Amino acid sequence: MREAFDRELEQLKNEVATMGMYCERAIDLVSESLLEANMAKAQDMPELSLEITHKEREIESICLRLLLKQQPVASDLRLVSASLKMVTDLERIGDQSEDVAEIIRVDKFFYTGQDIPLRRMAEAVRKMVSESLDAFAKRDIQLAQSVIKYDDIVDNYFEDVKRLIVEKIKAQDCDGEYLLTLLMVCKYFERIADHASNVARWAEFAVTGVREGE
Amino acid sequence: MDTKTIIDVEKLNLWYGDHHALKDISMKIPANRITALIGPSGCGKSTFLRTINRMNDLVEGVKITGSIRYKGEDIYAPNVDVNNVRKNIGMVFQKANLFPMSIFDNIAYGPRTHGITNKAKLNEIVERSLKDAAIWDEVKDRLKDNALGFSGGQQQRLCIARTLAVQPDIVLMDESTSALDPISTGKIEDLCTRLKEKYTVIMVTHNMQQAVRISDYCAFFLLGDLVEFGTGEQIFSNPQNPKTEAYVTGRFG
Ligand SMILES: Nc1ncnc2c1ncn2[C@@H]1O[C@H](COP(=O)(O)OP(=O)(O)OP(=O)(O)O)[C@@H](O)[C@H]1O
Ligand SMILES: [Mg+2]
Repeated sequence: MREAFDRELEQLKNEVATMGMYCERAIDLVSESLLEANMAKAQDMPELSLEITHKEREIESICLRLLLKQQPVASDLRLVSASLKMVTDLERIGDQSEDVAEIIRVDKFFYTGQDIPLRRMAEAVRKMVSESLDAFAKRDIQLAQSVIKYDDIVDNYFEDVKRLIVEKIKAQDCDGEYLLTLLMVCKYFERIADHASNVARWAEFAVTGVREGE
Repeated sequence: MDTKTIIDVEKLNLWYGDHHALKDISMKIPANRITALIGPSGCGKSTFLRTINRMNDLVEGVKITGSIRYKGEDIYAPNVDVNNVRKNIGMVFQKANLFPMSIFDNIAYGPRTHGITNKAKLNEIVERSLKDAAIWDEVKDRLKDNALGFSGGQQQRLCIARTLAVQPDIVLMDESTSALDPISTGKIEDLCTRLKEKYTVIMVTHNMQQAVRISDYCAFFLLGDLVEFGTGEQIFSNPQNPKTEAYVTGRFG
C-alpha cells in the first residue's frame, strides 16, 4: 500500500516539475518574442498556455485522488496540499504569459530598446520561477527563501520602469500608447514574479509545515 | 488551545516483572478534550491507559514509580481510595462487556454499588446516562430487555452509558470502536465529541483516521517511550519527531 502511495507521490512531483518546465518555456517564449521582435514565438504561446491549463487539471485530479484514497497525513499531506496550491500559481503564470503574448500579437508590440530594464526584469522572473520549482523538487528551504527575497528585486525593477516611463512621457520622447503598453507588459512580469514567490512559499511549507505569517 | 490540566503524569515508569513497559513518561492531559494514544502494538498504550485509573494494580508483579496527579492529587499516594479513583476515572473496553441482565440493571449497577438505592434517583441516573451516551431514544422502551440482545454498536454505547452512570470526570477508552462498523464507529466518535463538554476522554486507537478526526491532543508511544505529544493537528500535519512522521505516514519499520 505504502509502496503504491510512494509511487503516486513521485508521479505527482514529476507532473508538477513538468508543469513548471512549461511555465519556464512560456516565459522564454514571451521574453524572446518581445526582446527579439520575434512574432513566431508569441504565436506558439496559446497552445502552450492550453497545455499548462491541462496540466493543472491533471495535477488537481491526482491530488484529489490521493486525498480521497490515501488520506495523507504529515509530510505527505503537506506535499499534496502544497502541490494543489502551487498549480494555481503556475497556471496564472501560464495565463499571464499568454496575456503578454496576445499584446505582442495584436499590437505587434516589441521592445528592442536598451533604456528600460525589461530584459533584466524578464531574466529575474525566469530565475525566480525556475528556482522556486527547484526548491520544491529538492525540498530546499534556503533556495525557497532566496526566491521570496528576490521578489523585492523585481519590484525594484518595476519601480525603475515606472520612473523611466514617466520621464519619457514628460520628455515627450515616445508614443504615449506605446509607453502605456510597455508599462502593462512590465506589470505582467512583476505579477509573474509574485506567483513565483508564492510557489516558493508552498515549497517551503511542504518542508516546514509553516506558512508565512504563522 | 487554552486548557486546564486534569491528569498530570510525571516520570512514570512501569515494570511487568523485568519488562520495562513504560519509560519515564511525562505529560499533561488537558481537561474537556479528547486525547488519543497511538503507537504500534505492544508499545504500552493500554498499559499507560490502565495506570490512569490504577487498573494495573490488579496485575501481579507490577512495579510503578513516578506520579500521576488527578486534579493535583497523586492517585498513587498511600492513603488514596482506589475505588474512588475508578469512580472518577471510568474505563470502556475494546469489547462490550455488559452483564447478562437488563439495560436498566446494567446502567444502575455502578450507582448501586456506590450505595444509591432510591428508585427515582436511579431512574434519573439511568435516563441521564443513556442520553449522554446518545442511545436513550433507541432503548427507552426496552429498558427491561436483556442488554446482550442489542447490536455490538449499541452494546458499546450502553457500556459508555454504564461508565457515565457513576458520573466520572474522565472516560478512558481502549480501542472501543475497533470491533464496530463505520456507522456505529461514527456514532461513538460523535458521542465522544459531545462528551467533551462534561468529560475528558482519553482513548487508545489503532485507527489513524479516527485519531485525525476526533483527537484534540495526541500522544505517540514507541517501545514504552512517549515519543511525541501535541495537538492532533500538529501530530498529523507537522510531527516534529521523525519516528512520529514515519509511524503516522505508514513508513514504519
Ligand atoms: N499483564 C501483563 N503482564 C506482563 N506483560 C504485559 C502485561 N500486559 C502487557 N504486557 C507487556 O507490556 C508491553 C505493553 O503492552 P500493552 O498491552 O500496553 O501494549 P499496547 O500498546 O496496548 O498494544 P496493543 O496495541 O497490541 O493493544 C508489551 O510488551 C506487553 O507484552
Ligand atoms: Mg492495547
